[in-house]
Amino acid sequence: MRMSALLIIALRSLARNKLRSFLTMLGIIIGVGAVIAMLSVGQGAKAMVQTSIASLGTNVITVFPGGGSPGSVRTEAGTTSRLTEDDVEAIRREAEGIRYLTPTARVSAQVKFAGQNWRTSVYGAYPEYLQIRNWNPVEGVSYGMSDERGASKVALLGQTVVKNLFGEGVNAVGQTIRIKNLPFRVIGILESKGQGSFGQDQDDIIIAPYSTVQKKLIGATYAQNLTASAVSEDAIPEASAQIDEILRRRFHIGPSDTPDYTIRTQTEIAQAAGSVSQTMTVLLSSIAGISLLVGGIGIMNIMLVSVTERTREIGIRLAVGAKGRDILLQFLVEAVTISFFGGLIGVALGAGASTFLSSVQGWAVKLSLSSILIAFIFSAATGIFFGWYPARKAARLNPIDALRYE
Amino acid sequence: MTDAPIRAAGSSPGAQSAPIVSVRNLTKTYKMGEVTVEALRKVDLDIARGEFVAISGASGSGKSTFMNILGCLDAPTGGKYVLDGREVESLSRDELSLMRNRKLGFVFQSFNLLSRTTALENVELPLLYRKDTRPADNHEKALAALRAVGLGERVHHHPNQLSGGQQQRVAIARSMVNDPVLILADEPTGNLDTRSSIEIIGLFQGLNVKGITIVLVTHEPDIASYAGRLIVFRDGNVVRDERNPSPLRASDELAKLNPAEKIA
Repeated sequence: MRMSALLIIALRSLARNKLRSFLTMLGIIIGVGAVIAMLSVGQGAKAMVQTSIASLGTNVITVFPGGGSPGSVRTEAGTTSRLTEDDVEAIRREAEGIRYLTPTARVSAQVKFAGQNWRTSVYGAYPEYLQIRNWNPVEGVSYGMSDERGASKVALLGQTVVKNLFGEGVNAVGQTIRIKNLPFRVIGILESKGQGSFGQDQDDIIIAPYSTVQKKLIGATYAQNLTASAVSEDAIPEASAQIDEILRRRFHIGPSDTPDYTIRTQTEIAQAAGSVSQTMTVLLSSIAGISLLVGGIGIMNIMLVSVTERTREIGIRLAVGAKGRDILLQFLVEAVTISFFGGLIGVALGAGASTFLSSVQGWAVKLSLSSILIAFIFSAATGIFFGWYPARKAARLNPIDALRYE
Repeated sequence: MTDAPIRAAGSSPGAQSAPIVSVRNLTKTYKMGEVTVEALRKVDLDIARGEFVAISGASGSGKSTFMNILGCLDAPTGGKYVLDGREVESLSRDELSLMRNRKLGFVFQSFNLLSRTTALENVELPLLYRKDTRPADNHEKALAALRAVGLGERVHHHPNQLSGGQQQRVAIARSMVNDPVLILADEPTGNLDTRSSIEIIGLFQGLNVKGITIVLVTHEPDIASYAGRLIVFRDGNVVRDERNPSPLRASDELAKLNPAEKIA
């Protein structure tokens, strides 16, 4: 029998029991809709994490003091080895895989300008910190090594600090603010970086020369961490190994001992975050997949009812010369039609739900063609899989038994 | 149409080409729990090409079982059945479907039309299951068949919009649309009034004239008297097999019926 004829039979049969067909379809609609919405949420979260990791900078390697695990006890970061500018110089001299390198120091400080108060983080770092983090001033300029050497009291302000200290419409560049009561000249405003990987505001920051922050604001000589940038993405593992080797030598740590510093690369952070969001996506999608499965069982159930109800019709068709295959296809096409239209409506519903979540709830949602295709193919496959058994049952009926069925 | 060659006794079937139906030692047993029912006990029978055969017998005599086996709807337990030169017991399920589609036509007591499907589509149904036809031709053939049974005006009616006689005409149109060699009718007039019954028999006689072999199951003696041969089953055996030298003609009987109806 022709496919078009089979399709017409299927559509008529579904139209005959509109409510029943709709309820059966609903299982698939909900399943496919849920799969698409969940995949979108998962992929959106993943994309957001990736963006925020990318905002860390390019090919970033960070060294924290402490953080080793002697035995099973994890010591607090910063309690052991002290990273100094001498270490920075040593690494800069010897590690060929490193392009930029800076020690950083951070202090939380009260900042004032013309009666406005704001508490923020002040970062001390070499000028190349901005290259590492791929961060440029949108107004004014950055400081240079001469400011670093001279411990100049100059500052670069993040957007949040500018907004809270100066309000709208005031040119902050050239103004003098007070950090811990010391006057700093604002020489530049940094471009906005938005939210970080952990939801923190990356624009609530002031960046100043490392020496200035260390000498004038903190009064310490050791760095809180080292931030470096490898020459290329491929060089990250190599560069990280070079840093490790140099530090082991300087701190007299054997090759098999656990160092009392921690080296983190951007790749590792991306992988860790990626695996978290991957796990989330798989989890959400499998829950959604289960509802698709339940929908499929619904199709199978209703198809079995349909085959029983139409046993006589099957008998008539067999009597006039239908082959088993014709009957099989007839019921299979009907099952697939249910799941196909269910899938179609489900895709629309899932896309609608995704749009709702992103626009009304503000979730990061990414609706992709691949997730639509996956959901759609799955729903069609559900129809074939769960329609097969009832269809085969119909196809195997004995003509005379089917004709005599009351 | 006085000389219509309705085959009657005397014209020996064996003298012609090979019989259309040839049955030897045909048995059919059903197992109903502990009890075994022998529906057919070693039936031997030949039906020649172009015969009009009536089969009768009490219920449970095996006549319906015999018909179902002739129609390739049911398989015998034992024996041989040759239909139009092919040994049926050696055929696969699909080949049996092909036999039913190309060589056989069925008419049932309960019409067995697809409900919510127009008369035309019902008649087209056997054509849809063959791959060597074009949809436009199917349409034409089905229309022609409906016109031949006098339903040219009601092709788009659904079965529930047709009378019993009309529904049976649709079923006959369906049975003949694929130009079968044998039409099997199981109590085709069982649900019909006298007039419709004779009209339906008339259609069968018309088809028989064109050379199609007709086998008709009936328990009504007056219906059987339209056939050229009467076979009676009892307890799974053929107990009578006789020629009717002068079968009734439906056209004559209808003509007799008309004035009586007008008076009533």
